[in-house]
Amino acid sequence: MSSDSIDMERRQFLTGTATVLGGVGASVAAIPFVSTFQPSARAKAIGAPVEANIDQLEPGQRVTYKWRGKPVWVVRRTEEQLKALEDSTAVLADPESAKSTQPVFAENSWRSLNREYLVLVGICTHLGCSPSFRPLLSDEIMGADWQGGFYCPCHGSKFDLSGRVYAGVPAPTNMEVPPYKFLTDTRILIGESEEAGS
Amino acid sequence: MKSVIVKNVLGLRDWIDQRFPLIQLWNEHVGQYYAPKNFNFWYYFGVLALVVLVIQIVTGIWLVMSYKPDANFAFASVEYIMRDVEWGWLIRYMHSTGASFFFIVIYLHMFRGIMYGSYQKPRELLWILGMCLYLALMAEAFFGYLLPWGQMSYWGAQVIISLFGAIPFVGETLSLWIRGDYVVSDITLNRFFAFHVIALPFAIAGLVVLHILALHHVGSNNPDGIDIKANKNAQGKPVDGIPFHPYYTTKDAPAVVALLILMAVVIFFAPEMGGYFLEHNNFVPADPLTTPEHIAPVWYFTPFYSILRANTVNFFMVPAKLWGVIFMGLGTMVFFLLPWLDKGKVRSIRYRGWIYKTALGLFVVSFLILGYLGLLPPTPARTALAQVCTVIYFLFFLLMPFYTKWDKTKPVPERVT
Repeated sequence: MSSDSIDMERRQFLTGTATVLGGVGASVAAIPFVSTFQPSARAKAIGAPVEANIDQLEPGQRVTYKWRGKPVWVVRRTEEQLKALEDSTAVLADPESAKSTQPVFAENSWRSLNREYLVLVGICTHLGCSPSFRPLLSDEIMGADWQGGFYCPCHGSKFDLSGRVYAGVPAPTNMEVPPYKFLTDTRILIGESEEAGS
Repeated sequence: MKSVIVKNVLGLRDWIDQRFPLIQLWNEHVGQYYAPKNFNFWYYFGVLALVVLVIQIVTGIWLVMSYKPDANFAFASVEYIMRDVEWGWLIRYMHSTGASFFFIVIYLHMFRGIMYGSYQKPRELLWILGMCLYLALMAEAFFGYLLPWGQMSYWGAQVIISLFGAIPFVGETLSLWIRGDYVVSDITLNRFFAFHVIALPFAIAGLVVLHILALHHVGSNNPDGIDIKANKNAQGKPVDGIPFHPYYTTKDAPAVVALLILMAVVIFFAPEMGGYFLEHNNFVPADPLTTPEHIAPVWYFTPFYSILRANTVNFFMVPAKLWGVIFMGLGTMVFFLLPWLDKGKVRSIRYRGWIYKTALGLFVVSFLILGYLGLLPPTPARTALAQVCTVIYFLFFLLMPFYTKWDKTKPVPERVT
């Protein structure tokens, strides 16, 4: 091979390796740019538990607290409402909460530590709206099978007073029960429970 | 005296032209760009889209001068623009009205393309670039809608970001990544601001340049769907073509004036357009604890929102939530496939048979009904109607390879009519 002819093989090798190495470099350089999108250290730190004082809460009422930027509801249910939770499971998609997110202590039909008090993350499992509170056992707007609960205004999902989802609505699972514990009879700490691993 | 000025101007032009392809660019894209001579009403909307884009960019720059992308100040800064900044209300209303007009113009522009088969060979890439522009425009509108930090801004963003959560396995991580927080927050607002004022405007401007370059390379289609380049005179110019300038600049100028008059009517007399251009709930500051009783996206997203809501049934082991997201995504993306779904031998609706005309008519009606239903709260009857319309919407595309093939077409004339 004369000195002034072009060595195509060598040129292709150089082009190939330069492309591969350059590509690897560009991909690695993308890591910090992609990573800045993740929650910052400050965003992660704002997750402290919130204390709820419920001594003023009457049966049938609800109060809302803010935990990790989300609404958390504490609902005090009446005896009739609690009874309806056990009677009317036919309309529900997941009455046993088998596919849903909750601490182990809430895997029951009232989905709570204390039968009377429901503690629930007030976010629809469909697309994250906050459902409205419709506690009446019969509500004409909500239809004949309504037993009191929560109605999502965004896409029409329905939940009972345990946050269990109705069948045939867009939401896939029951609403989330956060970890929580009773500090006293009237004070709840939302965000921490006595369960191992929660 | 006059001749001295003319001489100097021409001198400057020549000085530039020796250093920059000024005259060549002008001739290629304006002075010597031959467009078919039979353009009708439907051919206004490309130019009008460009005009609205300029309005949005200019008013946007001015809004950023007074807006604060901070969850604590954003809502108040928009009110400040509306009340305290001299003429701020006008700039803001021009921008908000411009957003809705952008979509009106783009939807009509897209309908024109479908009606006259403008996506067919050799304009497939032109169509794809246009679709990319449409998606970029939707993203731009979505990011911009969070900025006033009202209730609809907040909950609209919450719903749309949660859509990504429906994707199996990676969904939750992905929506967390988009938000940058566990809920829509100041962090989300700040990054949406960056996308809205820097990233997407650049992308849109770049795509517009590519769209126009592609158009001028293949040449404009026309209401007859005839290739005018097939019939050239001795000078090599299409006999059915006329130069864009002065013919179409003259034709388009009154349309631009008409658009500006229409926009002015909205800006001055109905800037909220009864809650359709600026939603009532967005005059309430964002509250992460309470969703408004009735939420709906702005009108230009409602057809796709209806498709999302119409999916209420789990089937094939896939939950309804994921189907909703899939069909909503397909509903926007399916337009990309039009050049390959259409097996028709003619381009324009003028020479198609009754099957295609019926199909297109049904599609438009279902699109409009879906759009209307998306504005209303769901009831069982409305959901059922939305399901029927969703099926029609997708059948238009799914059956297109068959009905465009079987349809009896009329003979296409040699020259434009």
